[in-house]
Amino acid sequence: MAMGDPQGRQATAAPATSVPVLELRGISKAFGPVQANKDISLQVARGAIHGIIGENGAGKSTLMSILYGFYKADAGEILINGKVTHIPDSQSAIRAGIGMVFQHFKLVQNFTVLENVVLGAEEGALLGPSLAKARKVLTHLAQEYELHVDPDALIENLSVGHQQRVEILKALYRQADILILDEPTGVLTPAEADHLFRILANLKREGKTIILITHKLREIMEITDTVSVMRRGQMTTTVKTAETNPEQLAELMVGRKVLLRVEKQPATPGRTVLEVQDLRVKDRFGVERLKGVSLHVRAGEILGIAGVAGNGQTELLEVLGGFATGTGTVRMNGKPIDLSGRHADGQTRRRDGIAHVPEDRQRLGLIMDFTAWENVAFGYHNDPAYQKNRFIMDNAGLLRETAAKMQRFDVRPPDPRLAAKNFSGGNQQKIVVAREIERNPDLLLIGQPTRGVDIGAIEFIHQQIVKLRDAGKAILLVSVELDEILSLSDRVAVMFDGRIMGERIPGETDERELGLLMAGMNGKAA
Amino acid sequence: MSFESYVSILDSTVRLGTPLLLACLAGLFSERSGVFDIGLEGKMLVAAFLSAAVAYTTGSAWLGLLAGIAGSLVFSAIHGLASITFRGNQLISGVAINMLASGITVLVGQNWFHQGGGTPALSGAARFRDMTLPFANELRDVPFLGPIYAELISGHSVLVYLAFLLVPATWWVLYRTRFGLRLRAVGENPAAVDTAGVSVVALRYAALAIAGVLCGIAGSYLSTALAAGFGREMTAGRGYIALAALIFAKWRPWQALGSTMFFGFLAAVSIRYPTIDLGVLVIPNEFMDNLPYILTVVVLAGFVGKAIPPRAGGEPYVKER
Amino acid sequence: MDRLPKWADAVLVPLLSIVIAFVLSGIVIAAIGENPLNALMIMIDGGLGSTYGWGYTLYYATNFMFTGLAVAVAFHASLFNIGGDGQAQLGGLGVALACLFIPWPNWWVALIGATAASALFGAAWAAIPAWLQAKRGSHIVITTIMFNFVGAGLMLYVLKHFLKPAGSQDPSSADFPAHLELPKLGEILGAVGIPFSKDPPVNVTLLIALAACFLVWVLIWHTRFGFALRAFGKSEPAARYAGISPVRITMGAMLISGALAGMMSINNVMGEAQRLVLNSSEGAGFIGIAVALMGRSHPLGVLLASILFGFLYQGGAELSMWTSIPPQLIWVIQALVILFTGALDNMVRIPVAAAFRKFGKRRT
Repeated sequence: MAMGDPQGRQATAAPATSVPVLELRGISKAFGPVQANKDISLQVARGAIHGIIGENGAGKSTLMSILYGFYKADAGEILINGKVTHIPDSQSAIRAGIGMVFQHFKLVQNFTVLENVVLGAEEGALLGPSLAKARKVLTHLAQEYELHVDPDALIENLSVGHQQRVEILKALYRQADILILDEPTGVLTPAEADHLFRILANLKREGKTIILITHKLREIMEITDTVSVMRRGQMTTTVKTAETNPEQLAELMVGRKVLLRVEKQPATPGRTVLEVQDLRVKDRFGVERLKGVSLHVRAGEILGIAGVAGNGQTELLEVLGGFATGTGTVRMNGKPIDLSGRHADGQTRRRDGIAHVPEDRQRLGLIMDFTAWENVAFGYHNDPAYQKNRFIMDNAGLLRETAAKMQRFDVRPPDPRLAAKNFSGGNQQKIVVAREIERNPDLLLIGQPTRGVDIGAIEFIHQQIVKLRDAGKAILLVSVELDEILSLSDRVAVMFDGRIMGERIPGETDERELGLLMAGMNGKAA
Repeated sequence: MSFESYVSILDSTVRLGTPLLLACLAGLFSERSGVFDIGLEGKMLVAAFLSAAVAYTTGSAWLGLLAGIAGSLVFSAIHGLASITFRGNQLISGVAINMLASGITVLVGQNWFHQGGGTPALSGAARFRDMTLPFANELRDVPFLGPIYAELISGHSVLVYLAFLLVPATWWVLYRTRFGLRLRAVGENPAAVDTAGVSVVALRYAALAIAGVLCGIAGSYLSTALAAGFGREMTAGRGYIALAALIFAKWRPWQALGSTMFFGFLAAVSIRYPTIDLGVLVIPNEFMDNLPYILTVVVLAGFVGKAIPPRAGGEPYVKER
Repeated sequence: MDRLPKWADAVLVPLLSIVIAFVLSGIVIAAIGENPLNALMIMIDGGLGSTYGWGYTLYYATNFMFTGLAVAVAFHASLFNIGGDGQAQLGGLGVALACLFIPWPNWWVALIGATAASALFGAAWAAIPAWLQAKRGSHIVITTIMFNFVGAGLMLYVLKHFLKPAGSQDPSSADFPAHLELPKLGEILGAVGIPFSKDPPVNVTLLIALAACFLVWVLIWHTRFGFALRAFGKSEPAARYAGISPVRITMGAMLISGALAGMMSINNVMGEAQRLVLNSSEGAGFIGIAVALMGRSHPLGVLLASILFGFLYQGGAELSMWTSIPPQLIWVIQALVILFTGALDNMVRIPVAAAFRKFGKRRT
């Protein structure tokens, strides 16, 4: 086992000493008013696979960016092998033996594998010797860790899984001891993910330390030795994986919130409003993100789509909202809607009675430089009710209407002339929700209705959604917050990897069962 | 048409293509690093003016060349400040640089020489003279190859030979050196370069500096080799043609040689034959003059192969997670 | 990025930029051995000191309003139309064809016809780059630059081969019929009893330019199309969410932009030269960029910036008459304005924002 790694460095097997290879002490980082990391301390033993799990926005990526020299922490220190180490830039991180595999790969698409590996770690001013050396090392690494990639292939011709291997090779070529992988399986097929785990196991065997950032419970359970849970910028727990279970982790991750039970009567569903059959969507790289989704939503009911982010919910909303194309059959009030042709656009959808509160309100739902009243018209600016005459928009009327809406939805400050970017997240969301709900649509698509929204606003938004349901409208709700799904939905469908894993009735299921479905584990929990 | 006239057209192709080639290579360096450079025209113009002015004053074409390069470098630095350091709009910066060059050359030129913005005519050592390669005169009478050697290959200024040598040199730097690898990478994906621990800013400034030097040589060639002195607006859109040639060449050095010489050929033909009468069709020389621009639009439209610029071109780099 | 109060963003930053541009220009003037203050006095006197000076200032300003609005409309859709100059020249062709070949009964009917023709030709010249951008993703900056050159070549060809009167050496069209001459501003003001010099070429087109400023303001801030255009310009993904078609906006914005640039030609071709000459726009298309940047793409800002540049042009012309400073000084000032308000905006903005942070009294 005492085999030298390709760099001729002595590999250390199981942790011989008690000095952790990586230690964080009291790391804090704020972006303006947002505390992304709060007093984070962590110890990772040499040769361990350590998982960091948490929801989107829990602060995992910020923490890793600090480790890789992208951000400077406001407070705290980093110790590598027991020594305090300053990491002001990526160069220092590399020197400290840290390798990073980003969620979005940092590869040059029209370079070969070899060129990407060598970039920034060249031997001298001439390229030839560097490439020759890298070729040799790569062959070695390939055998050692099952990291096979054609060194002369262009990145753009490689599958995502292979591109990821190149990222790992880059780190190993730079003699990384600590390898950080940020959501590495998000873009992989199950087979590719299995291969990745084999690679990680090999790396561990050779004495490398691996930090795996993910929100997938299954992965944590499968390969980590220890696991830390992050929630709202804080590291809440660190436990041995063997001593925990997915249910407990799911609970720690989501957190025991004050249950925001929404007062609502049992649903009285009517006719089917939305009917989706075998809906498929490919992203711009040709990867299928929706793999044949079928579902229906009836009038007067809320269908909640639960699932970990990135399992196709976004694509589902986009294609239904008319700004992504797909194949399959979708009927709205019995009438087929255009999924990829000339009428696959947001205006047509709105005319068909579909309103949409998008998941990402800042990027899609609002124009941040527009005022509140302009944002209230946004998407409905062609509505005859908003026109003074054939040519001129009724800005004054819109201003009045917005003021009234802001009153009804308690948007603060109630200034219709203020730019959207100057409102808090909750108030921004209220503007979007007010705009979409008050159109009185037949179908409301609503994604992450309360992400980044304060408690008071959450309750209010939930009430509005239920009110719309009680008015006999159909609602398709997408949220990664299980709590929200459970308290609002009349039916819950769980999405995983572009498919619907199953459907449950909220009263007849619990977070644990749904959590397992969300993690891609089928069947009832024990 | 006689053999001699073919040779002579090709000879002027080389003369007229050389400044395009130099400017095109300049653009290649900066655009490959991810900085759009529509200021080639302005940098050339400034260099042309300063070269002629200094060459006239000192009587040395070489000192003129240095001054031209220095002037062009200053303009490159302004472009770098705007587009790299302050992350401004690279296109607007380029427009400003071209305008600044047009204005300041005349302003200063008028003040120095009082000749309507131009310099007095250069003569003697203040110009780069045509070099006669060994045995050019002896071999002149050899049929076919003789005139080609004596007229076409021999008898150009040193800057022409330099420009041609710069093509393989650029290729070599781009594809065979560490700097070239990093340069190509930073124009495609600066995040990859940054995470690899290499400074994006330094690389881009280096690329702009090289572009500055090359534009400096191009401008200097215009006023101290091709012509004998500086005249107002003497670049006459060559910077834009070089830009067109760069797109035509899809940002590659050997293809840049091809496209600039092709555009040089068009210019040579248009000077020699104001109208081309094909019997059924008369091609006006306005059409010939504008062919480079028209062809570029056709290429950009993707009708004849797709010209894909460096992916990160035009975007200031901002670190992100 | 630090947020600035609205007034600082709209007024203070551009004002500082122009002050910097002026100071640098002053240094250039001093460097060539003239007195900058003296030069400024000559410019003010020549450009604003008499109704004659004002007449020229407003004549130039009329040109710049059109080209500035052209650039501004495209800017609102996040499109950079550098092709204003070519579009203006083609607009001139439209004016010339209308004035030479259609027997208009009088000037004002002709003006309507010529305006339509200029807009049509300008828009047509913008249409091809717009279509290539919208449908094929060809970079509109490069294609519009190329179209400037092609346009200039086309004009040369048309003037030399079709519009040049027989026997003339000069590549320019015949004079337009005399009865199509547009009323000068001096005549209009004179009719209502305001004394104003009748010599400068400023004419009724100024009123059309002012109307255009107003109409563009209405278009951008009070119509559905303007709403969609601004939304698209601010965020393309959000615009797509809202069902706004990128193709429609790109085409629409560029056609309007081209039409505005083309309409400049009623001022210089029909109003002043009374015939079509080579390079009729004299670079006004490029000045439009400076004007739009300085005016922050707002019609009122464009209007004020146009007058400023009109003053610079007239003042610069005067300056070259009385001193050894050539009129190209204006190109330097203009370039510096573009540089500081456009490309080096952050260089001015960051210190201003820092100052606000330090000494504010921050308003949000």
